[in-house]
Parts: sequence; structure tokens; C-alpha cells
Amino acid sequence: MDGAALKKQFESALAGPLEWQARPAPEMARTGVHEVDASTGGLPRGGLTEIHGAASSGRTSLLLAILAESTGREDVCALVDAEDAFDPIRAAAAGVRLNRLLWVRCAHNAEHALKAADLLIQGGGFGLVAMDLGDTPPETARRISLTSWFRLRRAVENTPTVLLALARQSNAKTCASLTLECRPEARVRVAPFSGRGPGRLLRGMRVQVTRRKPGQAVTAAFDACDACAPQPLAYARGSLRAATLRAATVRERCV
Amino acid sequence: MFASLHGAGNLTALALEFSPVVERSARDTVTLDASGLDRLFGFPQDIAAAMARRAAETGVRASVAMASNPDAAICAARGFAGVSIIPHGDEAKFLGELPLALLGPSHELLETLERWGIRRFRELAALPPLGIAERLGPEGLRLRELARGEAERKLTPLREPTRFEDEIELEYPVELLEPLAFPLARLFNGLTTRLATRALATDELRLRLKLENRAEYRRTLRLPAPSLDGKAFLKLAQLDLAAHPPPAPVIHVRVEMNPVLPRAAQSGLFLPAAPEPVKLELTLARIRAIVGEGRVGSPELLDTHRPDAFRMVDALAHARANERGSADGGVRLTLAFRIFRPPRAARVALDSGQPGFVAAQGIRGQVMERAGPWRTSGDWWTRDPWSRDEWDIALSDGALYRLYCAPEGWFVEGSYD
Repeated sequence: MDGAALKKQFESALAGPLEWQARPAPEMARTGVHEVDASTGGLPRGGLTEIHGAASSGRTSLLLAILAESTGREDVCALVDAEDAFDPIRAAAAGVRLNRLLWVRCAHNAEHALKAADLLIQGGGFGLVAMDLGDTPPETARRISLTSWFRLRRAVENTPTVLLALARQSNAKTCASLTLECRPEARVRVAPFSGRGPGRLLRGMRVQVTRRKPGQAVTAAFDACDACAPQPLAYARGSLRAATLRAATVRERCV
Repeated sequence: MFASLHGAGNLTALALEFSPVVERSARDTVTLDASGLDRLFGFPQDIAAAMARRAAETGVRASVAMASNPDAAICAARGFAGVSIIPHGDEAKFLGELPLALLGPSHELLETLERWGIRRFRELAALPPLGIAERLGPEGLRLRELARGEAERKLTPLREPTRFEDEIELEYPVELLEPLAFPLARLFNGLTTRLATRALATDELRLRLKLENRAEYRRTLRLPAPSLDGKAFLKLAQLDLAAHPPPAPVIHVRVEMNPVLPRAAQSGLFLPAAPEPVKLELTLARIRAIVGEGRVGSPELLDTHRPDAFRMVDALAHARANERGSADGGVRLTLAFRIFRPPRAARVALDSGQPGFVAAQGIRGQVMERAGPWRTSGDWWTRDPWSRDEWDIALSDGALYRLYCAPEGWFVEGSYD
């Protein structure tokens, strides 16, 4: 009996087409941003997710939300920080549990970041490994060969780890299972600063996230407010009143 | 079941390889509790054969005897060469032909028994107990029990050695780290085997290297969790020595391990898996070798208002200390900040006392919008005070930055993202 006949026989027994070659859908992890989860379904475990966008496009805000969500569900996470740009104070304010975060500071060396990420994935046991190339010059990031990305993708395959790469532009190309592009919301034109004059505040920004891959582009948006910026009020001099006013306004907006 | 070893050599070490309950019965005799060994080796003759084989391997010349009570085993080991197995209930018959001197009676008692014509175990065992008690007292009764192989008692076990250390004198000075791996592997394997036989593990390795210039070089490796993984220990030691190489060739290696109880951990059924502690330590050591010391760990915030105040702590220890109770309010969508370390020195053109144009490394543009200044200072009561005026600015390149003016000049601290 040839293969086609056997397949037909199976399909008739199963009352449906036999898709034994189809890959099972990957398990998805929540990002912590409801709007992004609704449009993308979450981040694929065992796959490479790429977040890219220009400076001040909200990509790091999205990364902090993902870290907060991941550490909140007791996952051990690793952040490989190529440019040493992580701000633990803001991260703690965003809800990241720092005691479940391993921070690797690569001192402006993207090659070290790649090696460290590879070692962490090979070591296993992490719920999320994020590689932050956000401030790496585009020409340096572009020099990372597709082979290196492919190696990372192969390393993370069949593991429950989410591999995340954050950069100014898309570098992983075909190796990425999910590509998200961040940019400040342009259509709504939400001004990042409030009011005029001496009481003016940086209040945050509205971030637009577009899923570029897989499938058709789907866009979501969320607000990242500057609610938790630590203000050294107790030791402020001179502009104490202004600083207090600023903090109070921020708190009010945040609530 | 009890086993006894009688002979010359390191009998105690040999016995401890088979059982944790070992009694040093005499200078040339040790006795061990062999109950449970049948699950590992099988029948008593297999256990005794394994002991004899191990004795031959380690250069110990000893006779091995097994019996249902310790004293019968001791008598058989002393009286018969090679391997002896005494079946339960046949002790008196088996030991009958042995001379009474083996029991070590007092000189007077032995003389009395010889006058009576009693020279062997069998003859003493046949005497009535009441008559012996009347004529020889308690010591005579005890000897009769031993001769019949009926004496029951518990072993007086040796105290377990609390130090696990071993050393190797090298034949020639070793300059490279790779050849040093061989003696280290041998020492680690031996010590982990010794720990494993006592159901122990280690959480600290101490390396002491004697150098050619007569100096001593010490390294201490602390493990995040007790372990017995000799291969991981070797790799950790290699990475540590590669990061901190000894200043001269090595002529002597000594390794000490701190014995602790093994880690008893049960993961929750619905909790996500975490990295295995020793494997993670190995991974971190490899990453440290790439990115440098002090650049891997978990950040811990400091109780101060100084900007960017944190310190790096050991990742796992920090997690364990805060394992319960650090859960808080979950995800809060906040505007993130990317810090430039070190801050980028900037040239700032002022416009009515406010920044109007900013140029720094990789940043250049007209200030489109700004908020500030926010004047902050602190630690003025210390030798390291700080004071600065901050602005949040939106540049013409579309990015948001934090700019500050300190006594040293203008700096861009980072960007909002």
C-alpha cells in the first residue's frame, strides 16, 4: 500500500485531514500589557521575539512590562545589557522583582552580549532571556551575522524560555518568530509634557506597537506614564515647592 | 550482619567505604555494620568478596569475616585467614577449633583454664554456665559467651571525620592551568566520593596551592547550594584560577571541602523551573570570564536618593533571602529610562537661562520642549555630596532625554524610552 493510500485511509478513520507534519503552536507568555497581548497573543516560548524602534519609542517601557510580568509569575529572568543602560530604580517601580532578575552588564560590547545570552540559554532554567541592544549603534548591530541569530534561535528551540532581543532596527530577520515595532503614537499626538511654565512635567508617552511578523501588521497602543520617577524630595533645595507640585501632579495623573 | 577486618594497612578507611558505622575494635581489627549491604552486593559472600577485592586494590592485607554478631566476626577474622562467612546459629561449631588466647582473657584466667586442660573455644563452650560462674566469675561467663559465638552487643562507632581534605605533591612545578586539571580532578573525585559515602555534600571548596617560590596561594569557592558534582567543581576551579592565576608555578595542591547536609528541595508542581544552582554558578563563572568580575548578578537598590544608586549582589543568594514576601503589586506601565553609563558630557547653548541646544556623543539637536530645572542634592553631610539641576528635554531628533548641570559641567544622563 503506498503512502497516499495509507494517508487517505487514516484521514477517513479520523474524519479529517491528517496534519502530522504541522508543528504544534508554541506556548505563549503574557507581556503584561493587555493591549499588546490582545493583538499578538503574547510572546512565544522557545522562540526569538524581536522588539525594535528608535530612541524614545517606548521599547524599553515594553521590556520592563514584560520583565515585571515574567518575574511576577516566579520565572527567573536574565537581562543581557549590551550598553549597560538598565535602570534598576525604574524597573523596581515598574514592578520588576529584582531578586529574580539576573543582570549581565556587557560594557558596550555586543559580542560579549551574544556570548552571554548563548551561555544563559544553554544553561537552561530561565523563563525569559532578554538581550538589550537598544543603544548599540545600528552599524554594530547589523554586523551580527545571521548565523549568530540562527544559533540563538536553535539554542532556545524546544525550551520553555522566551528569548527577547531589543534593538533600534530589526536584525534577526527570518530567525525571529515574532517582531514588534515600537514608535511614539503619531496620530493622536499626545504631548509628552504637560502644561506650561515652571510647573511643567514630563508625564509620559503613548506607545504604538505594531506586530510585523508573523502575518499581517497588527497595531496596539498603550500609555507609559512617568509616574514612578524617584524624586529626591526630602533633600531638595530651592525648587522644593516645584518638585512637590510635580510629584503630586504625577501621582494624581497616575491614579 | 557484621563484618570484621583484621590485618595491616588503613583498615578504617577501607571499612568506611562500605559502611558509615565502623568500630575500631583493636589496633589491627575493625568491625563494621554490614546490614543493608545485601541490597548493593547481594549475599554475604558477595559482600565479603567485594571487601577483599577492595582491600587488594588499596594495598590492605586483611582477613575478612562475616557473622551475625560483632564478636563472632572478630574472632573469625582473627582466627582464619582469607574470607570467612559464619552462618547464623553455627557460630559455636564454626569457631570451636580456635585457641582461647584469641579472646584475650587475663593472664590468671588463661593459666587456670590451661591447668583444667581447656585450650579451645569448643572446650570452654561445653562447660556448664553455673559452674563457670561459681569458679571464674563474670569474666569466665563472658568468655564462655564469646566462645559460643552468642555475645550480643552494639558497635561503638568511630566519630566521623569532620575534615575532608586531600593533597598531592606534584612531581615537577606546573606552570599552565591545563595540566593542573588532572591532579585537581583526582582530588575532587576522591573527596566527593568520600562525602557521598557519608550522605554529605559540600558548599565550599578551598584550594591551597604551594608555589615554587615557597609562597602559598589560596582560593575559596563558595557554592550557592550544597553539591557533589565533581565535574562542575573542576570547571569552577579552572575558571577561577584562569581569572586569578597563581603568581608562580605550582608544586603542591591541597583541596579541602566543607561537609554539609545535601540540599533537600522539593519544587512546587505548578511553579516554573529555575536554573539548577551549581549549573547556574558555572554559567555565571563563564560569563564573568567574558564580561569581567562584578558585572553579573542581581541589582539591589540602596537606601539613598542619590541617582543610579544600586549594588550588584549574588543572584541566587539574593533570591533565596527574599523568596517569600517580595511579591508586590504586579505590572505597572511606566515610562522607562535608559541610563548612559558614564553620563555623556554635553555642550549646551542656553536660551533665556534654559537649555536651547544640546550636543553630546551621538546626540545633537534643538531643544523643542523642556521641563525643569529640578534642583536636587544630597549627602552634603558626607565627603561625597552631590548636587545638580535636572531638565527633561525633547530634542529635535524626536527623543526625550534627561539633562543635568552639575558643578563639573553639563551631562546627558540618559533617555526616556
